[in-house]
Amino acid sequence: MSEQTTHSTADPYAGFTDTTEGRVHTVTGQDWDTITGAAAGQTERLVVNMGPQHPSTHGVLRLILEIEGETVTEARCGIGYLHTGIEKNLEYRTWTQGVTFVTRMDYLSPFFNETAYCLAVEKLLGITDQIPERANVIRVMMMELNRISSHLVALATGGMELGALSPMIFGFRERELVLDLFELITGLRMNSAYIRPGGVAQDLPDGAVEKIRETLDLLPKRLKDTSDLLVDNQIWMGRTVGIGFLDLPTCMALGITGPVLRSTGFAHDLRKSQPYCGYETYDFDVPTVDTCDVYGRFLLRIREMQESMKIVRQCLDRLKPGPVMVEDAKIAWPAQLAVGSDGMGNSLAHIRNIMAESMEALIHHFKLVTEGFRVPAGQVYQAIESPRGELGVHMVSDGGTRPYRVHFRDPSFNNLQATAAMSEGGQVADIIGAIASIDPVMGGVDR
Amino acid sequence: MTNQPNLPVVPENAALLDTVVTKHGMFSPSAGGDTSGFGGLVERFELAPAAMKPFGGWFDDVSDAIVKAAAAKGLPTESVFERVSIDRGEITFFVSPQNLRTVMQVLRDEPSLRFEMCMGVNGVHYPFETGRELHAVYPMQSVTHNRRVRVEVAVSDDNPHIPSIVDIYPGNNWHERETWDFFGIVFDGHPGLTRIEMPDDWPGHPQRKDYPLGGIDIEYKGATVPAPDKRRSYS
Repeated sequence: MSEQTTHSTADPYAGFTDTTEGRVHTVTGQDWDTITGAAAGQTERLVVNMGPQHPSTHGVLRLILEIEGETVTEARCGIGYLHTGIEKNLEYRTWTQGVTFVTRMDYLSPFFNETAYCLAVEKLLGITDQIPERANVIRVMMMELNRISSHLVALATGGMELGALSPMIFGFRERELVLDLFELITGLRMNSAYIRPGGVAQDLPDGAVEKIRETLDLLPKRLKDTSDLLVDNQIWMGRTVGIGFLDLPTCMALGITGPVLRSTGFAHDLRKSQPYCGYETYDFDVPTVDTCDVYGRFLLRIREMQESMKIVRQCLDRLKPGPVMVEDAKIAWPAQLAVGSDGMGNSLAHIRNIMAESMEALIHHFKLVTEGFRVPAGQVYQAIESPRGELGVHMVSDGGTRPYRVHFRDPSFNNLQATAAMSEGGQVADIIGAIASIDPVMGGVDR
Repeated sequence: MTNQPNLPVVPENAALLDTVVTKHGMFSPSAGGDTSGFGGLVERFELAPAAMKPFGGWFDDVSDAIVKAAAAKGLPTESVFERVSIDRGEITFFVSPQNLRTVMQVLRDEPSLRFEMCMGVNGVHYPFETGRELHAVYPMQSVTHNRRVRVEVAVSDDNPHIPSIVDIYPGNNWHERETWDFFGIVFDGHPGLTRIEMPDDWPGHPQRKDYPLGGIDIEYKGATVPAPDKRRSYS
């Protein structure tokens, strides 16, 4: 294959390349007449790169589209622009430090990443049954609040990408209410590293329950603003009904889970079928629609937020005083955290204990923090229902203080494979809707 | 084999592959004793202990159904699995690369199995397991029966070829590309086995154990903190 590029203009990227398939012109915004003139008489095949820097592709997703007029004949995704090597990094940190990394994968649903990771570590340790009740309730509560905030971003950005800007403003406004709760409880709005192997990092602060209840009273009223704009709105429906069709057999074949699967009328939800963290004891429904299209998926997300609020209310009613970390001192973080003059850190009582009273406590603290705990050799697969579908963690331990291999089966990564099936044969503008309805988060796709 | 707490119990007559790993070096003991890390400790553990029948519960049903259906497709009954391992309530079927496609086809199509979804494939690199360095792990889910099993294939570094199952489970397309990208396992028959996360011209396969993490030492006020992969390890 002989390739040579001729730079006919000042733009170093413009020009043409001779390949085995003929001459390929690269267009980056120069005078259109020179291109049409040069391409005259040749078979035309128009390949358009959409993204990776594009406001409608839901992050740094590169779409490689072959188009005929406005019709997409082939659609392929280019990913990897946000690959950060988190899985590799995990192999060089202790099991506890891993939480700080995984929370940054799918950055819109950090508590799901953390919980999936911790459940897998706990399964390897064999301490799943020893997680205190209060820790489990807090985990469920944080996950469901997170599902609300994640779905709000899905509605907000999905609306924006299709030209509905008001849902974006409302969606991000309401998400802020939930992020305020995260900030109150964990100290951080995102990337909290709050859920830890064995429980959660610290108990709820004073006033948190009241604040959550206040937000839960406010949220339904605010969510109505969003749903008023996105339900039975003729303009919105014109862009979404019948678009991005994906039926049940296709979903099964492609391993699609989450709202996209449930939009085919199949109520598959791991919280019901393979419960974890005590989900089997909560009263909630799994909403479905049978439209298989973009509109149905957005409706589902609105209904799922209602169910999540139901679960959070039940969590608040169940919160009983108690520990939030396993009793086993060989696993539990050896400090009590408290807010000091310079931010969150070890409580003064704990520092007094290890520095002045107990040499053994100091050794224990030092060993556990620097070296970490050991996890018996073996491998597990732990899956949870994230806002986007099945988030699976395959974790291998060689008996050491660091993971031997951790792999996240991220639903966004898997579900993006449906892009071609959803959009080929449709219009260019409809690809945007189809991808928005998958709601991929590139941080999770690329990890 | 010394009797250490992290060693799984292996039945006397179990079909053992060479998966017992011996570690030397600077790591802490499991319980008490030398905490210096310099004691020249030796530790052994087994990767995936072989399980003996009966496996218990539905594990037997699934395993029998796979063997029966695979035999109907021409595989010798005794060699359908290299080994079956049960650990922490999860069952793993070790399958040879030659048998993989038959087993996958059976898992998907057999009415008593109906594993409709393959949740992808993940690589694990065990450089010490000579001749079986690269493992590909397939988590399978049956929505009909609400079951999960795991299929594991091991190949050598010298001949890292596994048949692709993209035509059986189309959703594995990107997962196989990712495993090629990160581990260098070649999935024969894949429609377009190119890198997916790393750039096209990237040298090496980053998730392999012989691929360094990289990073630079941190210097601050005269002190130096080594890069993460050069720090003292207790594992």
